[in-house]
Amino acid sequence: MRRIPSWIWPIAVAVFVLALSRLVKNEYYLFAGYVVLQYIVLASAWNILGGYSGYVNFGSAAFFAIGAYGTVVLDKLLEPPLVVAILFGGIVASLVGLVTGYLTLRLRGVFFAIATLALAIVLQTLVMNWEFVGGPLGYYTIRPESIPGFASYVNYLFVVMLVLALIAVLVARAIELSFVGRGLAAIRDNELAAECCGVPTLRLKVFATMLSGGLMGMAGAPFPYYITYLDPNSAFSLAYGINSIAMPLIGGMTHWIGPVIGAVLLAVIQQVATVTISSELNLMIVGVLLISFITLAPNGIVGLFENYRKQRHQRPSK
Amino acid sequence: MTEHGFRRNHGKRVLSPEFSSSDNPLKGPRLTRRLFGRALMTMSALAAARSMPLSSALAAEPIKIGFGMAQSGPLGGNGKAALLAIEMWRDNINGRGGLLGRPVQLIYYDDQTNPALIPGIYSKLFDVDKVDLVLGGYGTAVQAAALPIVMQRKQVLIGTGAVAVNEKYNYDKYFQMLPNGATARTSTSEGFFQAAMTMEPKPKTVAIVGALTEFSHNVILGARENAEKFGLKIVYDQGYPSNQMEFGSIIRSIQAANPEVVFVASYPPDSAGVIRAAYEQKLKTRIFGGAMIGLQYSELKQQLGPMMNDVLCYEFYVPAPTTNFPGIKEFLQTYQARAKTVGADLLGFYLPPYAYAGMEILEKAVTATKGLDANAIGRYIHETTFDTVVGKVAFAPNGDWAKPRIFFVQYRGIVGNDVDQFKQVGKQIIVEPQEFASGTLHYPFAASQ
Amino acid sequence: MVTFNLLLNAVVTGILLGGFYAAVTIGITIAFGMLDIVNIAHPVFIIMGSFIAYIVNRLFGVDPILTVIVASPLFFLLGVAIFRFYYAAFESSGKGSLRGLAFFFGILFVVEVTLLLAFGVDYRLVQTSYIGPNVGFGHVDLPLRMVVPFVGSMALVSGLHIFFSRTFVGRAIMAVAQDEFALSLMAVDTVAIKQLAFGIAIATAAIAGGFLIVIQPVDPSLGREYIGRVFAICVLGGMGSITGTVIAAFILGVVETITSTLIGPSWAPAVSFAALLLTLAVKPSGIMGR
Repeated sequence: MRRIPSWIWPIAVAVFVLALSRLVKNEYYLFAGYVVLQYIVLASAWNILGGYSGYVNFGSAAFFAIGAYGTVVLDKLLEPPLVVAILFGGIVASLVGLVTGYLTLRLRGVFFAIATLALAIVLQTLVMNWEFVGGPLGYYTIRPESIPGFASYVNYLFVVMLVLALIAVLVARAIELSFVGRGLAAIRDNELAAECCGVPTLRLKVFATMLSGGLMGMAGAPFPYYITYLDPNSAFSLAYGINSIAMPLIGGMTHWIGPVIGAVLLAVIQQVATVTISSELNLMIVGVLLISFITLAPNGIVGLFENYRKQRHQRPSK
Repeated sequence: MTEHGFRRNHGKRVLSPEFSSSDNPLKGPRLTRRLFGRALMTMSALAAARSMPLSSALAAEPIKIGFGMAQSGPLGGNGKAALLAIEMWRDNINGRGGLLGRPVQLIYYDDQTNPALIPGIYSKLFDVDKVDLVLGGYGTAVQAAALPIVMQRKQVLIGTGAVAVNEKYNYDKYFQMLPNGATARTSTSEGFFQAAMTMEPKPKTVAIVGALTEFSHNVILGARENAEKFGLKIVYDQGYPSNQMEFGSIIRSIQAANPEVVFVASYPPDSAGVIRAAYEQKLKTRIFGGAMIGLQYSELKQQLGPMMNDVLCYEFYVPAPTTNFPGIKEFLQTYQARAKTVGADLLGFYLPPYAYAGMEILEKAVTATKGLDANAIGRYIHETTFDTVVGKVAFAPNGDWAKPRIFFVQYRGIVGNDVDQFKQVGKQIIVEPQEFASGTLHYPFAASQ
Repeated sequence: MVTFNLLLNAVVTGILLGGFYAAVTIGITIAFGMLDIVNIAHPVFIIMGSFIAYIVNRLFGVDPILTVIVASPLFFLLGVAIFRFYYAAFESSGKGSLRGLAFFFGILFVVEVTLLLAFGVDYRLVQTSYIGPNVGFGHVDLPLRMVVPFVGSMALVSGLHIFFSRTFVGRAIMAVAQDEFALSLMAVDTVAIKQLAFGIAIATAAIAGGFLIVIQPVDPSLGREYIGRVFAICVLGGMGSITGTVIAAFILGVVETITSTLIGPSWAPAVSFAALLLTLAVKPSGIMGR
């Protein structure tokens, strides 16, 4: 087991899921699965900044919506293929991350958090007032009937999101294991000390923000095709901001697998709850899970697992 | 007592994926005929044993009707009211022997007024729950998100409460139950302006204000068109964000422009805020109101009370000598009795009658075409004028009402904060359209005195 | 067509609104500014206060503001209980900020859903004698519906200011905010003090809830609209400073109403929060920050 490098696993799982998706006849699982994969991207992206460096981003919805509305703008002007829209969304979102980061990351973490919240509100107001993308009327995207190579367009969307999730996870892993990750961890532990040791804190933080925002934008880009009617309230929904924080918290913020675990767990529960309990209690579940995990398992599921492993090593073997 | 296929509901939700039958009635006429045969047998058995309770009849496979309906989120209040109306129809039809002789079973999920949940919900309804028919939820966003999926499955979609959802698609099996008509943008303000132009001397200026949300914004666009059409000069034209809480400055800006007509397109909290602010500042104008959502609900009618006097607002139904549609009185009586227990709107003047009418139409179409073939049902609905609890209903090619019928109502003589006074005739005077008018417009606007 | 009259009224309305915002934010000033507890659930306690005021008003006709003042000791105890749990679960305050945040997110949802289940999704309003009439002097019209909460807020905020600067307990709380470690070395029970402060913060939420439902209709999910505003005002005002909070609240209220009057209400949120972003970029310690 130790010989296999850890990056093989995400790829293997992704290939497995891809194979499954070709066999699945029931589109419901594709629709629901898309949402789970989307949250894997959002959670992993959030964790690059939030988990690794400790800077909380409240405005995940803003970056997500940049991706979604970027697609709308392109769709109105050019009708490009989805991949182009994804790249466009990612680039614009990371630029916004660059500007916001540069302005606010020199301050204490809490100011960055407030700034991201303010950013989300400012952006939402801008979009609301922008008639070109529909403003409050929303924008209708017609989902193409089919696309070559896939059983249906929904199938295609699922695979696209699967690839994005894989990219997000591999990027998060690469960051974590690189000097960037070590620098961010140093910032998280004690920013002042890190600065004294010569860590280029501002540059690292801005880089992490750009990457994080860019990935979130990419996650948002296919959304108009998924939902076919995009309005500012859906795009900027508080759910994205909250879930992006809750999922890494529950899964574990110190390891790249944490956001994946948290995203899968929470998103699947939410999808199931929507079609079973199906009421306000849905929200209650997120709240209760958050409180339970945060009090009982502060380092998330990854933390629980690591504690378990430590205990096993410390116990004399039977 | 109950066989595996049929369960009495007693107003509770039925979430029963285990009822998904292996034969999918959505595929092929063969199965429909087989079910029809069974239905015939059931019906003749019922006819022979009329005094026996339904539950001991032969176990017929239920007809599953699936939909998403907001039970939480911003439109949750109306969603609950609409759901109650749909459940009332289900209880009614099951008491009469079911649809095509089969009991009706509702399968629904709370869409939380969130269109992002719609693709998942509707694909589950089709693929996992294997429903026979679908309905739309309440609200433009959720119906817009559902339409492509329903189109892909080539099914009929009847929704209550959406504007211009079918504009881009022009799907021939989509129907919308609120009486906006094909030109929803302008019909939501046309009656208001028509009423305004009956004033002597004719008004020349109008102020337009509304919330920056999808429905209000659509209404505002139409109001601008209508203002131009009727030759009114727009002296104030602003939108406000949906969470606006302070309306004093807006009303003051409007007053500064001195309009003779004030048209507002608002959602419940802002409707209350605008009316209160207008009342507090004794807004001086000749006619005030518009497409203000919320004034149709019992909660706001009760709380605002006399502040609503002389406001001219749209309503879908008010008790009046001209609105005695077949069955409406009985419907409202039953609805109002049940609404208290479910936490839905107490008066039920807004969505419920129309949601119920939608079910009446679906029932008649399915029964007339003797099956569940979507094309036949869709064609039948387009070709027929129906008699429902909200009067005669006929559809335009795009699925909206062929002729809009939005009542513009002026509130008069409201005293105190009792909600039952709204059940009486005479407190809500229909001013437009003329064929339903129950009184004439009173002007200038009372608060200015 | 902007007249002096219009502008003057806009400024005055903005001040009235700002006064209300101050009452809403003061709890965050204490919890977050002084105690470094990211109580993102604060708005939902305000809504809880609003609904209690609604129920009592609906059933017994009692004035909502009176109701919440009477209810505030209960909220104080609630605050103390929550702080106890919070403290026991998350001792440190450094990384604990993030965990505390998640904890309060959880509380936000649990309370919001409880309110939804108890009261339903509809908007609720109250009936009082001062909703409706206007007070005018000179060119300025003041709706009593806004004046009464304004007066109440000013009373609340002044009372708290005196409490924090003049009383022994109040000054102890400020001392904890400044340097907890030093204080603990002086044999002061810092936990008990923080507990007291947090209780006060939640009690102010209840009172703000009474003001809220007088000003506008309330539904269970309204709290979310205020999360951004309260933290923005707190940060703008310079974290733990009450005077700063009041000034920042006035600024936000006036900016919102002037934008509303001059440019249009649709831009008001963008302008307010853009102002916040600007402040953060230029003087992050806020107006009265040290």
